[in-house]
Amino acid sequence: MIARTVLSAEEIRRAVRRIAHEIVERNHGLADVVLVGMRTRGVPLANRLAEAIGEIEDASVPVGALDIGLYRDDIASRAPHVQPTDLPMAMEGRTVILVDDVLYTGRSIRAALNALTDFGRPAAIQLAVLVDRGHRQLPIRADYVGKNIPTALHEDVDVLLEETDGHDEVRIAREEGEQ
Amino acid sequence: MIRATSQEQAVAPRSGDERKWTRQHLLDVDDLSGDEIGLLMETADSMKEVLGRDVPRVPTLRGRTVVTLFYEASTRTRASFELAGKALGADVINVAAGGSSVEKGESLIDTVRTLQAVGADVLVMRHGSSGAPHLVARHVRSSVINAGDGWHAHPTQALLDLYTMRAHLGDVRGRRVVIVGDIAHSRVARSNIWLLSNAGAEVTVCGPATLLPAGLRSGDPPVEEPQALPRVNVETDLDAAVEGADVLMALRLQKERMTGGLLPSLREYATLYQLNESRVARAASGALVMHPGPINEGVEISPAVASSLQSVIDEQVTNGVAVRMAALLLMCGVKTG
Repeated sequence: MIARTVLSAEEIRRAVRRIAHEIVERNHGLADVVLVGMRTRGVPLANRLAEAIGEIEDASVPVGALDIGLYRDDIASRAPHVQPTDLPMAMEGRTVILVDDVLYTGRSIRAALNALTDFGRPAAIQLAVLVDRGHRQLPIRADYVGKNIPTALHEDVDVLLEETDGHDEVRIAREEGEQ
Repeated sequence: MIRATSQEQAVAPRSGDERKWTRQHLLDVDDLSGDEIGLLMETADSMKEVLGRDVPRVPTLRGRTVVTLFYEASTRTRASFELAGKALGADVINVAAGGSSVEKGESLIDTVRTLQAVGADVLVMRHGSSGAPHLVARHVRSSVINAGDGWHAHPTQALLDLYTMRAHLGDVRGRRVVIVGDIAHSRVARSNIWLLSNAGAEVTVCGPATLLPAGLRSGDPPVEEPQALPRVNVETDLDAAVEGADVLMALRLQKERMTGGLLPSLREYATLYQLNESRVARAASGALVMHPGPINEGVEISPAVASSLQSVIDEQVTNGVAVRMAALLLMCGVKTG
């Protein structure tokens, strides 16, 4: 595989801080806001957002983890690998901010929306992603985007995070031999 | 190959969990790898989270059909598979041999072919003959899960027992597990011996010599065939066996063994091999008391022990649903062409 870096560790840090500011600005008071990270890499991102919001607003925003493995529509084509969902409270009446690393076809988000509603009826659901790489297959858009990165279909966007991969970097990778 | 441009560099693919379930059937536990056992246990953890929800149901297997085909009586295993399938959103059809075309003389193979033709994705099967599920697996495209065959194997029972032990003890490596009762005629004992040994536990089987399988009785020549059971400790004195044990598992004593001349009387069996309070007291403190059910209270286990705080018998039943959900989910994720 060959890859080029599209976001450095410093750029990721700044993107997270900017999204945190946007979340604060848009949800005055943050009273009912809960951050829900989508496994795997949405969870550390949600934790970072909560920390950044805490620095800006002196408010503590609860963080949960959502696994969408049981809600995917392609179980036959990929071996299911599921982890427990861990939400800090009922979603009833909350403003839920879903957090994921990459927004691509929108199918994961569709699955996450279905999963979330099994835990109650949120007042609103917003979506925060570190990278929007395009190629949507469903009518889904993000409310907060770290960076829009145009990609080709044969490319992979790898988000590497300190917590899961040892260092922070977003890179575009493709198999050698692919143009 | 295209050379990397200046800001491009060769990298290893981003790491992820590469463990994959590749088995189409779950017929036995003797050949499960450590990774497969780990994947099943972790998946069962997620299933347990689903079962703890207000509405314990997810749509994962919507449109899939699970058929339970039971040629032997069962309450908990069949109900547990049915609940597991429904919690995952599958359609579940229960077929009992009594009342089906089996009574008209339909052969096993014809029955399973019919069930496959009506769209069974997974066949959960219990049969009195050892190896029946293996035979069926060779004749159908559906996944086959062995829910107990003769004296041979009961994979999901052993898996739920291991899951329950891990929930209390963590890693079972080096833990001492005593299985007491009719070892020779028990598929539960056999599957537990295999699975617990593979997981690194130290297994002791205990029972009267007439109820120990060939190869384990004192004086038997050692069995060196590949299908022989793994090495376990054998003890005919329960008081000695329980000393310092971490898990005490009693098996159901089937009363028909009495007529076979293998036991002198129930009372004598209870005196020598019942899990009672004084025996539990000799085990490690906080030792788990387990039983696959159904229980003959006052025979293989005393009522006080069965309902004591150390007893995880009810939990075994609850965990059974989670483990069976994990098995169904993993099987349905395998492409069968």
